[in-house]
Amino acid sequence: MMKKKNLQNGQDKENNTGEKKSNVKRRTLLKALAGIPVLGVFAFELFNKRSYDLEKKNRILKELELDNLNVPVIKPSSGDKRDLLRVGLIGFGNRAVSHANGLGYMHPEDVEKRKSNGTLEDWLAQEDLNIALTGICDVFDLHADRGLATARNILRPGGGKAADLPVKRYRTYQEMIEDKAVDAVMIATPDHNHAPIAVAAARAGKHVYCEKAPCHSEEQMNDVYNAVKTSKIVYQLGHQVPQSVVFQQARDIIKKAILGKITLIETTTNRNTADGAWIRHLDANGNPKPGDEKTIDWGQWLGPAPRVPFSLDRFYNWTKFFDYDIGLIGQLFTHEFDAVNQLLRIGIPRSVVSSGGIYYWKDNREMADLLQCVFEYPDHELTLLYSASLASSRNRGRVFMGHDASMELGDAINITVDGDSTRYKKQIDAGIMDPSGPMISFNPNLGKIDAVTSATEKYYAARGLTTTNINGRQVDVTYLHIREWINCIRNGGIPSANIEMAFDEGITCMMAHKAYVEKRRVEWDPANRKIV
Amino acid sequence: MKEKYTYTSWQLTMMVLFRFLIGWHLLYEGFSKVITPNWTSFSFLKESKWILEGFAGWITSHAAVLSIVDFLNTWGLIAIGLGLVLGLFTRIAAFSGAALLFIYYLNNPPLVGLEYNLPSEGSYLIVSKTLIEVASLLVIAVFPTSPVFGLDRFIFLRKDDKKIKNETEA
Repeated sequence: MMKKKNLQNGQDKENNTGEKKSNVKRRTLLKALAGIPVLGVFAFELFNKRSYDLEKKNRILKELELDNLNVPVIKPSSGDKRDLLRVGLIGFGNRAVSHANGLGYMHPEDVEKRKSNGTLEDWLAQEDLNIALTGICDVFDLHADRGLATARNILRPGGGKAADLPVKRYRTYQEMIEDKAVDAVMIATPDHNHAPIAVAAARAGKHVYCEKAPCHSEEQMNDVYNAVKTSKIVYQLGHQVPQSVVFQQARDIIKKAILGKITLIETTTNRNTADGAWIRHLDANGNPKPGDEKTIDWGQWLGPAPRVPFSLDRFYNWTKFFDYDIGLIGQLFTHEFDAVNQLLRIGIPRSVVSSGGIYYWKDNREMADLLQCVFEYPDHELTLLYSASLASSRNRGRVFMGHDASMELGDAINITVDGDSTRYKKQIDAGIMDPSGPMISFNPNLGKIDAVTSATEKYYAARGLTTTNINGRQVDVTYLHIREWINCIRNGGIPSANIEMAFDEGITCMMAHKAYVEKRRVEWDPANRKIV
Repeated sequence: MKEKYTYTSWQLTMMVLFRFLIGWHLLYEGFSKVITPNWTSFSFLKESKWILEGFAGWITSHAAVLSIVDFLNTWGLIAIGLGLVLGLFTRIAAFSGAALLFIYYLNNPPLVGLEYNLPSEGSYLIVSKTLIEVASLLVIAVFPTSPVFGLDRFIFLRKDDKKIKNETEA
């Protein structure tokens, strides 16, 4: 605009003041426009660079047939049925808070907390699941009261309205399960109580969402399996990790056999804090947390476990003791196993060896704080490794190793081509693929699958310096997992962490635990479905 | 303008070249953010140390604020780059560019005792390339070339035709 206008001005003046002056004028004008050709060169080079980058990216993605992978989106609930579902929570500790949030319920104090740290919006953006939280059952008065306050808060995400139903505290889980006013239960008690509650619920026809581990013994696992199989309920085990968007992509990558033949999977736990080692009976000031025999129904808490006098240590730090849990295997390997089994469907291993000890946290614990388990799958021609340390937080990730490439799967996916790959030899020789760093990275924060091109991008990708993000929203994976369960209850279908998956996991964990305790190689007898 | 600054032709040429180079750099910094899908300053701000650490933390913890910052940063860089290359509102562009880059500098200055997760692409102690570019932009601001080699000429033309006339004849 400006250029044209002034050119016109220049023209006028030229006519008025003679030829000599007009030459000067023209030169002045050209000088003034000196930036235009520079900009022209810039635009040309920008176009060049962009074409080159896209070409390179597409070449790698095309070679791997990944060019048609889509950006993950949150799909709305499937199915038409949305009738009100009445849910009871059994056990209202930390984990149940996430369950309540996933169902669309939040304690008023947590609402304020999230308001001040700016994360309330993400929760309010959750779809309303049309749930009525009608029952809270906890053996500890303090926890139960917190649960009741949560259930009574009328704030709902997704524009939902509070159902006009009373909220009841149940003293025992049996009472809740017998009550016709509850359709489904979510179990978040210490592990030794999971199976008995799940069995009772299944027999009473209540749908079950149970936290991991699914059982505390082989016998318990069989009881849960039989009870669920002979009922019509929907059983979902609490493994929210595969709901994350990176898992959807990992499935595609496995399906397309990009890694080549996978023979080794390494899963790890890397923690180095007292809290991470399940020492949790003290508050932030070092004082014992609340709770005594008056406010805690100790007999019910013990459930099927041997009778022992009340102990705050056992109540808060139950993971340390084999009467209530199987330590690292029950708490953390369960997630690792589920992640691997969801992707590869390897099921129960032929044999397991475990070794480890109590090397760092020398308190009264029974669980190992350093533990290594090796699971053999001769039928699938692969080994699954679990290596856990509670005394070093060096990050070792979760890695699937194939002949042609390896995949690290965490908050992000990083695929690194193998320098000795036969399938990608040509591309490696041609310099299209570089084995020295991640070749493909999927980072939900970046929103799409992408070939990594620059050093900084590689660095970010390797660190997973991000949080899970779908369409610009932080999405709670527990909520997605609960939603899947509820959809299956209303519209039929089989949830991802169903009873068959739970059985694989429960048996595998019991084998690893048995191998550790009995210090021997433990095998699975598939014909008799028995650990030997 | 002309009364205050008289350059030899080499001085003028070098100053114009200098302006083009820095303009080009900032322009591409801006465009590269436009063409990178879902680019965000999140990771950069997460790394913030020293006096702006708290402020950067506030930005990254508020998605809406972060998206505004991203927008202003990207298009600010493009506007500044265009200003420098075309010689349009050059002094404003140079000063804004210096201010913007100084904010980058303050977010991760290479001071003794500050450790960063991300490796830097050179070796720096207090003085980094960013700081040098800040100073360069200030040089461009105080040694103007755009009234001759730039669209600013037309602004001056409109503002004071006579003054420009003298200048061109000189």
